[in-house]
Amino acid sequence: MTDYRHAMIVIIVMGLAVFSTRIVPVLIFGRGEKVPEFILYLGRVVPYTAMGLLIVYCLRDTPVLEAPHGLPELISLAVVTTTYLWKRNTILSVVIGTALYMFLVQSVF
Amino acid sequence: MNKFTKKDILAAFKTSSPIIVTFLVLGSGYGLLMQSHGYGPFWSLISGIIIFSGTAQFVSVTMLTSGSILMAGLTSLMISVRHIFFSISMIGRYSSEGRRKPYLYYALCDESYAMLSKDDGPEGVNVSNYRLLVTLFDQSAWVIGSVLGGWIGTLLTFDSTGIDFAMTALFTTVFIQQWLDNKQHLPAILGVAATLACRLIFGSDIFLIPAMIIIIGVLTAARSRIEPAASETATALAATESTTDSAAPNTTGGDAND
Repeated sequence: MTDYRHAMIVIIVMGLAVFSTRIVPVLIFGRGEKVPEFILYLGRVVPYTAMGLLIVYCLRDTPVLEAPHGLPELISLAVVTTTYLWKRNTILSVVIGTALYMFLVQSVF
Repeated sequence: MNKFTKKDILAAFKTSSPIIVTFLVLGSGYGLLMQSHGYGPFWSLISGIIIFSGTAQFVSVTMLTSGSILMAGLTSLMISVRHIFFSISMIGRYSSEGRRKPYLYYALCDESYAMLSKDDGPEGVNVSNYRLLVTLFDQSAWVIGSVLGGWIGTLLTFDSTGIDFAMTALFTTVFIQQWLDNKQHLPAILGVAATLACRLIFGSDIFLIPAMIIIIGVLTAARSRIEPAASETATALAATESTTDSAAPNTTGGDAND
């Protein structure tokens, strides 16, 4: 019999942990009447650094030294980039890139 | 309360559509995994509402049955530490959101952040409604996907290996769009370079923490190069404020305009 009480507690504790990372910075820096100028500056530039951070984060466990040396990732990212520059359509690039990547890791490499 | 116009709803749906597709598929993968561990659609539903973080939820599956609760909490903190970075950069944008703030921050996943941090939505939409709807559509897609996955997952066999590449692809398209929209590429290059360097130096578990510290450090130091005009205004502001509040730290760096 699965211990559902334990599962419930784990979900609540993890939920609180995740929520705290999303809300604590706001409680610290966003309480006053006026948002500090430095925080506003971060708001303007961080989105441009954050996408690079997220891309590296997504690819953090890509095996580069062993086969297939990140080739499926490289090829799929090249296709995402090319199709996006060509059509400027996010959903198209995401669908084509993901389908290609799944095909590459499942059937080719 | 602002009325939701058809325009707001359509604009938010259009922005969310790539995420909705991704989350329906990824969410059902999660629901399927939960089902295979003995946790049905109901558990996927409450987990998607309470935790709402794809990475944390996938990791949580093996912790539900056994394992220390303290470890579960610490693991999710480690996984979610990047959200600190995202929330900080939304404070300015969300400062007038009032009663919607708690939900907007609570449900600020990577994907909603990617879509909502780049602009204030298409012209003519009510930006507050737009933000709320994008956030809500994204979370709903994830939750619905995970419930469907748990429900019909046993009927379908589908090799989903590699499906999570959809997130990499999504962030890549936003990265390209930002690159095209801006002449100043330093922040974009910094994000990739600092994170990559920290991944190589610190390994795959904790690298985001040093990466975020370095990024904030460089953004602070290079402010006068990244936005020369704004930096001057800020220094002027800080100068006038420092006469009234001597305890205020000079965050802008006095050397910027010397």
